[in-house]
Amino acid sequence: MLHLTAGRVGSRLASRAAAAFSVGSARMASTSHAVSDVVDMSKPQYWDRRDIPLPDRAFKESLTAADQSLKQKEKGPWGQLTKEEKIALYRMSFCQTYPEMNEPSAEWKTVMGGIFIFLGITGLVVLWQSIYVYPETPPTFDPELQAKQIKRMLDMRINPIEGFSAKWDYEKGQWK
Amino acid sequence: MFRAVFRLSATGARSLARSRPCYSAPLASRCYSHGKVETDEEFDARWVTYFSKPDIDAWELRKGMNTLIGYDLVPEAKILDSALRACRRLNDVASAIRILEAVKDKAGPHKEIYPFLMQELKPTLSELGISTPEELGMDKL
Repeated sequence: MLHLTAGRVGSRLASRAAAAFSVGSARMASTSHAVSDVVDMSKPQYWDRRDIPLPDRAFKESLTAADQSLKQKEKGPWGQLTKEEKIALYRMSFCQTYPEMNEPSAEWKTVMGGIFIFLGITGLVVLWQSIYVYPETPPTFDPELQAKQIKRMLDMRINPIEGFSAKWDYEKGQWK
Repeated sequence: MFRAVFRLSATGARSLARSRPCYSAPLASRCYSHGKVETDEEFDARWVTYFSKPDIDAWELRKGMNTLIGYDLVPEAKILDSALRACRRLNDVASAIRILEAVKDKAGPHKEIYPFLMQELKPTLSELGISTPEELGMDKL
């Protein structure tokens, strides 16, 4: 019983997500009337989608007199329609052809550019930090003091079997 | 929809060897717990019957096509023929051209399916006077 309700919730969420995705291009009617293109979501909508070849309504709703006469001609044999007329009829019903719909956008350039800009700004911030924020490096970072530290570790026989001192040859006084 | 997955993969694998990308479904047994498997022929017949309704209305055509394109398969020529004739009954040449575009898009990377289907549909297209998107120059940007 539990998994049934979970499944139903899941499917409802999925269908709502699918519906939201499919009408995602249309802007939701907001309470502020400053938004210019408010879409009436209660009416059939038009989308150019690969998986919905025939959307709920034609693209052009208001037809001119010429369009309407062409629609009349469409009722007759289609062999009598010229290529231009067929294209005109197509464009009345649909906004973009499939190749136009599937055209890749140049958005990736904007995205990559944005990424690099922010990486650059971050790099500048890190540079400024390393100059103005970080305290002085401790004296133990000096090469001479580091050499003294290493000597002390070797004298203490740090990890003599498999680790640090194991790599030092005590007879010859050099690294192995 | 195993058959559907197999359908496209079989087409891809044998694209060069076969002259006709048909749906081969040699899998006789499937591990369904119950229920009958619909054969390819039954599927095709069901869809041909759907589009062959003499008084089909525009909504039914749209619903049928959108559902069909939603499946993981490229429809057979006979289903498309039935759909194009439905467009003719509805006096909608734009939808007929759109259907051809959708089918080409549906074939995806399997570039041999669409020319084959066009060849199969040529008699229907010339009978109904439907121009292909290529003839109208709509396959290019």
